Amino acid sequence: MSDTIPGVSMDRLVARQQQLPEPSQRDVVFDVDDLGVSYSGKPALKDVNLEIYRNFVTAFIGPSGCGKSTFIRCFNHMNALIPGAKIHGTIHYHGADLYGSEVDPVEVRKRIGMVFQKPNPFPKSIYDNVAFGPRVLGMTDDLDGRVERALEHAALWDEVKDRLKASALSLSGGQQQRLCIARCLAVEPEVILMDEPASALDPIATTRIEDLMHALKKDYTIVVVTHNMQQAARVADMTAFFSVERGEEGHRTGVLVEYDATPKIFTQPSDSRTEDYVTGRFG
Amino acid sequence: MSVTTLRAERPRGRTSSAVFKAFLYVSIGVGIATLGTLLITVVAKGWKYVDLVLLLEPPSADPQIAGARPAILATIYLGLLLIAFSVPIGVGTAIYMEEYANRDRWYNRLLEVNIQNLAAVPSIVYGILGLAFLVRGIGLGRVLLAGAMILTLVVLPTVIIAAREAIRAVPDSIRQGAYALGATKWQVIWRQVLPAATPGIATGSILALSRALGETAPLLLVGALTYVSFDPTILGDFTALPVQIYQWVARPQEDFRVLAASGIIVLLAILLTLNAFAIWIRNRYQRKW
Repeated sequence: MSDTIPGVSMDRLVARQQQLPEPSQRDVVFDVDDLGVSYSGKPALKDVNLEIYRNFVTAFIGPSGCGKSTFIRCFNHMNALIPGAKIHGTIHYHGADLYGSEVDPVEVRKRIGMVFQKPNPFPKSIYDNVAFGPRVLGMTDDLDGRVERALEHAALWDEVKDRLKASALSLSGGQQQRLCIARCLAVEPEVILMDEPASALDPIATTRIEDLMHALKKDYTIVVVTHNMQQAARVADMTAFFSVERGEEGHRTGVLVEYDATPKIFTQPSDSRTEDYVTGRFG
Repeated sequence: MSVTTLRAERPRGRTSSAVFKAFLYVSIGVGIATLGTLLITVVAKGWKYVDLVLLLEPPSADPQIAGARPAILATIYLGLLLIAFSVPIGVGTAIYMEEYANRDRWYNRLLEVNIQNLAAVPSIVYGILGLAFLVRGIGLGRVLLAGAMILTLVVLPTVIIAAREAIRAVPDSIRQGAYALGATKWQVIWRQVLPAATPGIATGSILALSRALGETAPLLLVGALTYVSFDPTILGDFTALPVQIYQWVARPQEDFRVLAASGIIVLLAILLTLNAFAIWIRNRYQRKW
């Protein structure tokens, strides 16, 4: 087995993979069938089929414009906020149709949290940022305890415990992103969606976010979009590679090329497009 | 050995640049000179009557004991009613237009164009509307409430536009972050967008207020009296500081002109205080996203 990506030990990758449950014992959280998304009639993503497993870190990788961010936003109804966005196909969440007519987006977002590319703390105190979710959802019993636990799980408590009333905007970028993760944990979701969570951070802050993903995997299911292949190799159990297809008139549509265990994607991809991308020959 | 020279070969655009700069200085000079002249002449002329008599006594035929108490009180009442009316309506309209309105609908576009045009309508036109609709149409009469309602209409477009700007300046990432935590649209607006937009809304509202308090024409039309010697009530006869000044200026006696200058000093003091307060709020709560 050769080292295909610089900076990532394949032996460690494979060792990690062996700790994961067998395919038959995996618990399916999301079952995606023939999913497509179009904006104002123009397809942005089509024919996606995959399953996302509980307590796994699943990474979506691929070049710009491949629809990976569009895809992750389908899981918590965030595309519904974009006028003209339409979703085809189905996503089942523990067997329930995520886009069924009786589904309340608010209920979905409560269980499926999201962390964004650019840290987006609210212009409020650190405490109020974390307390916002519990407050709007009426989970106000032992609010102080909730805030403290969320900050602890996000590995931020020790840095901020003496200044909970300080503005969240006074934190560094990396701290802000961990605050956004804490904010998300405070409403006790089952799934955490992360849309390029470290792309605006420096390498040290990035490492801390990645360590956090490893730690959170025990209690949460994590889906992460990243344009950084090393990051996917370091954090993900399963990796989905998306690519761009050019339709008529040069319109670009994202497609799922390959979805498999991370070591497989990085060492023995079954599609040549995946291989070209992970070995850096993509062009 | 050659030395690199950074000198321009010929002075490109130096003359036009200098001319333009001179023009800018002249423009700013005209503005400052006008304001300075106004302030100096008014203060020099009216200073001797700025005292407790002016602030606390009703007007009188004798300039020595004449004050502007009813006018000052009415101006305060007008200001309070104006804020009470225009801020909820203006902010509500702005929230609708920024957060709810679908711009593909013709009525929303019409609304938008309409509000922009209303902001440019001269205030006396609102006065005519007030006379025809409020005073006579629904029979409110020539009362302070009618004056406050008309001034509300005068400033409403300004308040709406300022509130829309403030709401639009709240980044979408804040809304998305709140939605992603399971907040409803109402909670997103009420707990994130409005608090973040409040400094901008407050600044715009105060500037609109100070504009309204200097208005004379629409108040004259809805029946602000020039001579009121008792404290105003909301449903009674009223005057206002600019109307009182107007009345004093129109008198033939020199002493009343001095009194008018004193009234102007009081009015200017109120307006400049309000504007300073608006600037203070803006600087105090300025956000960096």
